[in-house]
Formats: sequence, structure tokens, C-alpha cells
Amino acid sequence: MKEEIIIAGFGGQGVLSMGKILAYSGIMQNQEVTWMPSYGPEMRGGTANVTVILSDDRISSPIVHEFDTAIILNQQSLDKFEAAVKRGGLLLYDPNGITAPPARADVRVCRVAAAEEAAKMGNAKVFNMIVLGAFLKVKPVVKLENVVKGLQKSLPERVHSLIPMNEQAILRGMEIVEG
Amino acid sequence: MSELRLMKGNEVVAEAAIRCGCDAYFGYPITPQSEVMETLMELRPWETTGMVALQAESEIASINMVYGAASAGKRAMTSSSSPGVSLMAEGLSYLAGAELPCLVVNVSRGGPGLGTIQPSQADYFMATKGGGHGDFHLIVLAPSSVQEMHDFVFLAFDLAFKYRNPAMILADGVIGQMMEKVELHSPRPRCTDEELQKAVGSWAVTGKRHRSRNIITSVELDPAIHEKFNQKLQAKYAEIQEKEVRYEELLCDDAEYLIAAYGISARIGQKAVELLRAEGVKAGLFRPITLYPFPSKPMAARAGQLKGILCVELSAGQMIEDVRLAVGNCLPTAHFGRNGGIIHSPNEVVAALKKLKANCE
Repeated sequence: MKEEIIIAGFGGQGVLSMGKILAYSGIMQNQEVTWMPSYGPEMRGGTANVTVILSDDRISSPIVHEFDTAIILNQQSLDKFEAAVKRGGLLLYDPNGITAPPARADVRVCRVAAAEEAAKMGNAKVFNMIVLGAFLKVKPVVKLENVVKGLQKSLPERVHSLIPMNEQAILRGMEIVEG
Repeated sequence: MSELRLMKGNEVVAEAAIRCGCDAYFGYPITPQSEVMETLMELRPWETTGMVALQAESEIASINMVYGAASAGKRAMTSSSSPGVSLMAEGLSYLAGAELPCLVVNVSRGGPGLGTIQPSQADYFMATKGGGHGDFHLIVLAPSSVQEMHDFVFLAFDLAFKYRNPAMILADGVIGQMMEKVELHSPRPRCTDEELQKAVGSWAVTGKRHRSRNIITSVELDPAIHEKFNQKLQAKYAEIQEKEVRYEELLCDDAEYLIAAYGISARIGQKAVELLRAEGVKAGLFRPITLYPFPSKPMAARAGQLKGILCVELSAGQMIEDVRLAVGNCLPTAHFGRNGGIIHSPNEVVAALKKLKANCE
């Protein structure tokens, strides 16, 4: 198994932390992992993205220019990464704020209305976990139990009480993903 | 008792420093290595191992604080990124001239000048050839994973003390900023005063008591004596070249073409080798781990079976000079590399190797 993933959106949407939780989940499942962020001024507003690779074998380049999965959370990122999804790969996006939806016919396109759902759940912060759940429903590259372990490892202990809420958001994302 | 974690290369340098019994860190923030000091400040090692972690007023102050601590035989280190390391050039030369062990970590970024905060490997010359005035060398280790960022902190200190010579970890913005799985070594305690006396009492300024005076200096105004000192330094570098070469070869046994690359370019080069092998091109990866001493002999030993070497660096072509010195003119060599903070893709490396191949056949 090897999955090369780009997660891209606005700074503050939880793009980097979603990638980190996914990578930690991979470690909990005995996978090799890399997490490579864009860094610098774009982290302080503007677009942010992170490349996460999960693999059963040693990972060569942490930098790739074609992806098995693109998880897209704003229009700018869709413009930038739609063409970078491998043929037969997955493009998962949140339609919130998307004015020109993806047009690729040679990839699987899935939608998750995570921003809307997070608002319904009354907690904008679980947005990225809804997206993560949607991804794991379509591509179960790590088991949910390992994601929970990943959350325990990546979150400081003082916020461990919030893990059940995050788990709920992941489950909700699994339910509402379309396509 | 090792421990698995997901960490950034920069964070793990801080963690490894504490775990390897480092006595003191002095630094000044600069992207893309600021997490080294940030992590130290979070971990507060002065409350546990007694290690000092201090933000100095500048890079120049940092390296001179390292000089002071190293003079007392302590395990001292600093970290910075390219423009900051330029500021340390004088201090590095003095440390080498006074034969002091220390660790300097350079998480390099694009230059020249203030350049860019994005990754680069354009500090190869500075690390291996210069880095200050006078005939001296740093021992230079080039990690290509977060695990090696961790392991090389231990190795660099060991080599620095073994040879009484400054050691450098030459990383890049990618290795510093990316997170990978890392297995942390079990902690090694800091030296006690008695252990320190035993290990470095012959040269360090540890308090005179019952021995003759130790003097730490890099000045010698008598040219005859100074020439002898320089010869002694050169003998030390010859010994380092003989004993401390480290490198990794991947799929080299039947290779006709080599990609020579270190750090992040070695990871990208490895992917290029995978892609080339899938197309039936017999390519292999030669990865220098020590940039000084450069693995000239093992590289030359491969020359006989090869049709060409592609040197891949995030620079305009620096390591290729050492590759050419190693294999001579008998073999076609070419450089490929993006620079200024742009990172080459594996596909670009594949295309560059095919171009070299077309020229060779």
C-alpha cells in the first residue's frame, strides 16, 4: 500500500493538523509516513497545503507532483491541484465557496459539505475531522481505531477530552460524503 | 527504551540534543530552522538535564558562546540557516584553529544574500570548502530523513570530540520542516565533572587544580610553530578522510548510470531511480552521508561499471566538483538542479538522466 495525498485550503482551516493526524494514524498502523507542509508567509493567511504519504515500504521522495488523492478546501487550491491528481485517483472537495467545480472525468470526484455540517454541529473546529472522515470512507487507508490513537498522540493531554467529539465528526463525515 | 514519534526535522534536533547529553545550545531565530530553539524552549531542559538553552542577541554571539562552552570541554551547539551561518564564519574558523569540538546545524535556504526562506542546497561549498578563513575543514554530515537528523546529532558530537574539530549537520528546508516517523534514542546523561575531567582534562579549561595550564587559543605568531600546527591539522583531516567516510548505495550493483545526491535531493533521486528502473534504465543512487570527508574512493570504485553520473543538487552545481575529482575525466558527468528555493520533481530528474544517457550512447 502506498497513498500520496495533498490536502490544500486556506490557512486556519486545519489543513496541516488534519495531515498530522492522518500521518500519526499511519504510524499507529505501522506504516512509513511523511508530512511535508508548505511553509512561510502562506501559513499566516492565504493558501496552505501539506503532502502526506502513507506507505508499507520506505518512502523515497516526500515531494511529489502527482497525487493519488487531492483533498481540496478552496477554489484556489482546486485551480492549482485538480490537474495533479493521477488518472484513476480521488479528488475530494468541499463545495463551500467553490465557483468552478472540478471537471476531470478520469478521476473519482467526491464531495463533502463539511463547512455546512460543522456549522450544523455548532463547532467550526471539527470541520477538518469531517473532511478526514469523508476521505477515510472513500479510501480506508487507516483504521478508525488507529485514527483515535493518532489523535491521542498528536493532541496535548489537556484537550484529550475533545477526542470523542472529533471521533463523532469523523463518523459524520463518513456518512455525508457523496460521489 | 526507544520511542516512536512523528516529528519535524528541526524539532528532533532539539530532542536529540537533550537526549545525547548536550550541555548548551545558543542560537538566534531564522526560518526555516526556528523550531530547533522553539522546541528547546518548550522542553525546558534546564529543569531536567541542566542543559542551557539560550537565545543570543545574534548569530555572531551564538557561535562565540559555543566557543566559550566548548573551551570548557562542554558539548555545545548552535543552529541556523544559510545567512546566519555566513555570520558564524569567523567563529567557525576560530573553533577549528583552537581545535574545539562543537555542533553547528545549518538548515539551508536559498541564497545568495538574504535570498529566500525556501529550501536550497547551495551551501555545499561553504560547508565543505570554506566556512571561514584558513586551511581547515568541518566534519560535515548530510541527513536525508528526520531519523538521520536525530541520529546525526549523536554522531556529530561523537566525531567532534573524537577529533577535537567542529562538526556540521548540513540539512535543508525540507528535511527541517517535514515530519516523519522517528525512533528516539534512550537518553544519555550529561557528563559529570569527574567524567568531563577524565575525557577532556588534557586540553579543556576545566579548572587547573593538579595539572599544568591548558590554553585555548587560535593565535600563533611564530610561523615555524604555526606551520607545524597546520601540518598537525592536515594530518588530522587525512585521518578523518581515511576513517570516517560514510555513504549509502541503492541499486548500484548492476547500475550503468548513477544519480549522486545528498539530503532531500537523494530522496527525490531515489524516486527518480524507481521511475527509471520501471522503464528498464539501469540507474542507481549514490548518497554521500559525509560531505566532508567526501566518499571519493567508493564512488571511484563504481566508475568502471558506469556510463555516466548525474549529480542532483538544489544548487547551480557544487558537489559535482567533488564527484569529478573522484571519478576524473574518464566518465561523462552532468549536473541537474533547480535553485532559488524551487524543488526539482522526480520527473525532472528522470528527464535530466535521460538527456545524459542520450549523450553517452
